[in-house]
Amino acid sequence: MAFYVVQFLTGLASAASLFLVASGLSIIFGVTRIVNFAHGAFYMLGAYVAFTLTERFSGAFGFWGGIVVAALVVAAIGVLVEMVLLRRIYHSPELFQLLATFGLTLMVEDLVVLIWGPDDLVGRRAPGFKGAIDFFGQNIPSYDLFLIVLGPVVLGVLWLLFQRTRWGVLVRAATQDRDMVAALGVNQKWLFTSVFALGVFLAALGGALQIPRDAVNHAMDLRVIVEVFVVVVIGGLGSIIGAFVAAVLVSELNAFGILIFPKISIILVFLVMAVVLIVRPWGLFGKPEAPARRTPGLTVNPWRPLTANERLAAIAVLIVAAALPFVAGNYLLTVGSEIAIFVIFAVSLHFLMSVGGLASFGHAAYFGLGAYGVALLAKMAGLPMIVCLLLGPLLGLVGAAVFGFFAVQLSGVYFAMLTLAFAQIVWSIAFQWVSVTGGDNGILGVWPEKWAASPSHFYWLSLGIAALAVVILRIIVFSPFGFALRATRDSPLRSEAVGINGKRIQWTAFVIAGTVAGLAGALFAYLKGSVFPDNMGISLSVDALVMVLLGGVETVSGAVVGAIVYKALSIWLVSQTDLSKLVLGGFVVLIVVAFPKGIVGTLEAFMHRRRKSSSSASSPLLTSRIESAE
Amino acid sequence: MSMVPTLLSVEGLTKSYGGVHAVRGVSFELRAGEILALIGPNGAGKSTCFDMLNGQNIPDSGRIRVLGAETTGKKPRVIWRMGVGRTFQIAATFPTMTVRENVQVALVSHGQQLFNLWASTARHARDEAGRLLDLVGMGAYAERPCGELAYGDVKRLELAIALANQPKLLLMDEPTAGMAPRERVELMRLTARIAREQSIGVLFTEHDMDVVFEHADRILVLNRGTLIAEGSPEEVRGNAQVRAIYLGEGLLYDARHREGASA
Repeated sequence: MAFYVVQFLTGLASAASLFLVASGLSIIFGVTRIVNFAHGAFYMLGAYVAFTLTERFSGAFGFWGGIVVAALVVAAIGVLVEMVLLRRIYHSPELFQLLATFGLTLMVEDLVVLIWGPDDLVGRRAPGFKGAIDFFGQNIPSYDLFLIVLGPVVLGVLWLLFQRTRWGVLVRAATQDRDMVAALGVNQKWLFTSVFALGVFLAALGGALQIPRDAVNHAMDLRVIVEVFVVVVIGGLGSIIGAFVAAVLVSELNAFGILIFPKISIILVFLVMAVVLIVRPWGLFGKPEAPARRTPGLTVNPWRPLTANERLAAIAVLIVAAALPFVAGNYLLTVGSEIAIFVIFAVSLHFLMSVGGLASFGHAAYFGLGAYGVALLAKMAGLPMIVCLLLGPLLGLVGAAVFGFFAVQLSGVYFAMLTLAFAQIVWSIAFQWVSVTGGDNGILGVWPEKWAASPSHFYWLSLGIAALAVVILRIIVFSPFGFALRATRDSPLRSEAVGINGKRIQWTAFVIAGTVAGLAGALFAYLKGSVFPDNMGISLSVDALVMVLLGGVETVSGAVVGAIVYKALSIWLVSQTDLSKLVLGGFVVLIVVAFPKGIVGTLEAFMHRRRKSSSSASSPLLTSRIESAE
Repeated sequence: MSMVPTLLSVEGLTKSYGGVHAVRGVSFELRAGEILALIGPNGAGKSTCFDMLNGQNIPDSGRIRVLGAETTGKKPRVIWRMGVGRTFQIAATFPTMTVRENVQVALVSHGQQLFNLWASTARHARDEAGRLLDLVGMGAYAERPCGELAYGDVKRLELAIALANQPKLLLMDEPTAGMAPRERVELMRLTARIAREQSIGVLFTEHDMDVVFEHADRILVLNRGTLIAEGSPEEVRGNAQVRAIYLGEGLLYDARHREGASA
């Protein structure tokens, strides 16, 4: 019995840090409507800075002072980030905000390694809380007891701050209706900045307080951000009480999950989240959001199929690409195959995200499922390659059908977080179910058969399938189904009122996108000859998002161009620098801020402007009509 | 009149939120080709009533039938398939498509082609979409991006979309809200003409009494969730209770109206 009590207390102690980080994320979201992906990075920075300070300054004062000063330093960095970056993107679509803050995360990961080195750092114990307390023969670290008390204390302080101060009233008002608060003459800029500072302070404090419990390392940001997403989704974005209750719930699920289901401890938490989201999509303590004012898109140019000339040009490009094996060596052909595979992956996400308006942050799950499907079929069943390539992606289809059903019940940031969580479930299964998937060691020896084994043959195979995938998805975009999907994205209200079952349409699109991603994964397994859990990891999901973004979210064919440019660039970058994440992250931030239409979108806008200026003489009537509207 | 079939029949419609009776025992009928206005002060229950008719809200009790078929509690998309078109207070269209494509989407849905992954939408019901656009006077703008239209034109486009399933009944929630005075008159004349020609029944809510008294065949007055008056424009205008609660006693309205009638 005592053992369970101790386990429960350990869970409570873990909840403290999680609550600090989650409440910070929640407060920031409530006011700025930005889901700050970089919150994990601030948490990690807090831990690193606190490590340095507590090592430098000795004694109790040095330790506790170091922790608070570390949180303040990181909060100051947060203010800088808010003023320089976030202020530019408050009015961007939420997808861009998620991506920009993710770009920041990538940069911080490399910077941290650059400053503190790649090794785990073990900090010192907290003065005054070094020992353990005996509880019926079980040891409880006294620092854990300190954390258990700290959580409710912070909750109380935050409550007082929001209920009893003028600033707190403004924050609560802005959480309800920030436009109204702005109309009342409140200086919104500084309100946003101070809220962001508080949120970052809490995250950094959460990180700093972890020093005596855990080693500091450069991967702790992603681990915590996934857990924090789970917490705020369960508790309700914007609710501090919700963050507290959910942090306790998640930590206890983790603590006891390991005892009950040691193999699938991670999954338990995600299952609970999925259930909460289906029963109460806005979380336990959240409020259902009023239907969001549609973020105006970047352009209103209706999509159109390729003209005859453009079609010829596309075929010409394909022929040139097909001629590559006659001039290029084996290395370049392997790179070419990888690019072709990522074109398939990117267009599948583009279909879901641009056509369907559903920005998935876990699309790699279906890529990875396709890869594992092939690996399992080839290694266990020993099926021929063609059969594997046809059947492997079906695992992606099944995964997309199951997860997609739940995911399309939500939209916007909740959709993004849920897809991310599902991808983590799939990843943990691949990671933990060692007897089938090989766990961390992956499945090796998945080589193509003779007819496809040579680099040039495999390149042609990948290129052919990529071309086919692009053509088929384009046909679907302009099919009645594609229009129904876009209609659901444009106006759920109107599409329902003309008889369209939006959820079913979106679910179908999710399954199509997942299957095509699975096809890309299947080819990828043969290209690499192996599959690993990382084939379904977060960074791969983000790669796909960046490819679509780089090409142009609001274009039909941007993903193709984006995938080619991004993949070529990143393969080259990895060979040139050790700081590829820093460069890549900076690149992502740059696109979002300076170049939100992407390559193809910018080109289209340029062509459109030229066409317009050349035909401006014929359209005075149209302009006068628009002016008379207001 | 008795030969004209009952299109919409509402019996004892009731909805309350907590202790507040938003709508209480509302009953009325609507015949084919008839234009019926639902008016009343803010908070009278017009929107609640309307949302229950088009399936966005489920009544606590009462029945709604369209051409004899029960629609109570059905989803909006199901009600649409039973022949009910609808427009919104703030026009809802598909801003990233062209004007013609907006109508084509509705036609695709009407033709049960929503899960067709292969055909080209551009060729689907192109002429029929053009005909509907001509009907509302938007034929010349068929290839324009919807997102660029003036609001009055968006309203007319929305009407064309609502007509795509050849509805028997049209539900219009404040059809002229947010429009310039001249556009209001044009839109309502257009609606009335189409309704008469195709013998479509129209139910609309409206705050602009000029629009109501000029175009409605019959008027329902709602106050605090119950119907307090029902009848021709003249009867409603003469009703003392309606004047006291909603229209007011000012002479201005009558004077202006008489002036308008003689002009």
